[in-house]
Amino acid sequence: MRDDIIWELRSDKVRELIKSSQRLDGRALYEYRPIKIETDFSKNAHGSCRVVLGETDVIAGVKMDVAEPYPDTPDEGSITVGVEFMPMASPVFEPGPPDQNATELARVVDRCIRESKAIDFKKLCIEEGEKAWFVFIDIYVANDSGNLFDASSLAALGALLNTKIPKLEDDKIVKDEFVGKLEVAKRPLLTTFAKINGKLLLDPAIAEEKAMDARISIGTTEEKLMSALQKGGPGSFTQAEIEQCIDLAFEKSAELRKLLKVE
Amino acid sequence: MAKSEEIVYINSEGKRVDGRKVDELRPIKIVPSVLSRAEGSAYIEWGQNKALVGVFGPREALPQHIQDPTKALVNYVYRMATFSVPDRKSPKPGRREIEISKVSGEALERAIFVERFPNTTIDIYVYLFDSNAGTRCAALTAASVALADAGIPMRDLVSACAVGRAAGTIILDPCKAEEDASDAVDMPLAIMPRTKEVVLLQMDGLIGKEEWKKAFELGIKGCLQVYEIQKKALKRKYEEIAEEEEKTIKQIDKELKKVEKK
Repeated sequence: MRDDIIWELRSDKVRELIKSSQRLDGRALYEYRPIKIETDFSKNAHGSCRVVLGETDVIAGVKMDVAEPYPDTPDEGSITVGVEFMPMASPVFEPGPPDQNATELARVVDRCIRESKAIDFKKLCIEEGEKAWFVFIDIYVANDSGNLFDASSLAALGALLNTKIPKLEDDKIVKDEFVGKLEVAKRPLLTTFAKINGKLLLDPAIAEEKAMDARISIGTTEEKLMSALQKGGPGSFTQAEIEQCIDLAFEKSAELRKLLKVE
Repeated sequence: MAKSEEIVYINSEGKRVDGRKVDELRPIKIVPSVLSRAEGSAYIEWGQNKALVGVFGPREALPQHIQDPTKALVNYVYRMATFSVPDRKSPKPGRREIEISKVSGEALERAIFVERFPNTTIDIYVYLFDSNAGTRCAALTAASVALADAGIPMRDLVSACAVGRAAGTIILDPCKAEEDASDAVDMPLAIMPRTKEVVLLQMDGLIGKEEWKKAFELGIKGCLQVYEIQKKALKRKYEEIAEEEEKTIKQIDKELKKVEKK
């Protein structure tokens, strides 16, 4: 898999700069790039949100649908997270089914939300064993300029927070009519760190991702609980580094939560 | 899931649903060199989990455009047999298998001297035939033994183990019933034991930092126990080879003496 050559050529520079705690784009080690959040991006979606994190651009949309509950949880609905890397999001993306990276991203965002219990699956049940709401969260990556994890989880939560529950008539969804908003009890978000030359940094941009040894994403809630952990990349972390990332994740995710306004 | 609430996760004697103590691993058996056509292989039984691993490489990475001139690719393929789970699994690899393949390959990449083998691939195929929680850790543990069996240069073995929580108690190596607890936390962990650096870390569940730390440190202890089992399994293989050699040498000596007498 030969990658964006231009960013790889900058890897040496990134690795050199980080020795004196400097970054290519001049940021502090634990500083996010500028973030823009636009909710209700798609009118046809039941909830949607576009997040621009630096140059990284992702769009999340929610569709609610009625289906039969899973046999082992007859009184529960569920959520499903999908990720699609749009072919124009990077010169190395190709059309087709989700690859390893897209699959990992979708599953980590899913775990972060699911395990936080932000959505009470029992409340999604309409009729036990018969029908329940299923919340489909689909994330489209329009531009990959690094840290898709945090951008995607922010977009997914942003979309959920303005998701409306459609009206049902004879088990069919009535278009453009809603009975209320989806209840989102927590604010789960991912915070991602890269490790480069033994140094930790927040929100790796694409050049930093190409240069990084390893990555760690931490899902946190506003109650200072963790709902997901995921290490990625060929490098490793020490226990002390993981603990430092956890502390920083609680602190930094609080900054992101402030950006999510709820109507 | 109503039933799981009735389960007593830790009884009055401090024993778990399967009779283990909170910090006790399930029985683990590892046998290296079990497949003759693979360059390295291993079989593992970890409680009910059963897996076979075959390793090839380093060999030329094809098609050519996937080659990396700076290092070997680590291609880790984790699959579950259709009959290895209670309901028949689709033979098509699911999202879970794809994700596990990715993070496990990355964990091994840290241990292998990949920079010594540019433009090549190291293929690691792991198949599960029976399962009861903790399959990715069993698979990764066996895979690192298979890599050693293939003679691929490594910084250390990779030892894996999961740690979790059920009914408020931190437990080592959770089984399926414990994974289904209403407050379950599941954290698969893998380290390179000599340096204790963490090469695989995943977690789901909801947990605070203090409790997490307790779980993490118990998990490290579990990995270190797994390490001893891996080393023993590899040593046993060479002891067996040595015994065979010794027998052959003795046989030759006998023959020689006979010839000398004549």
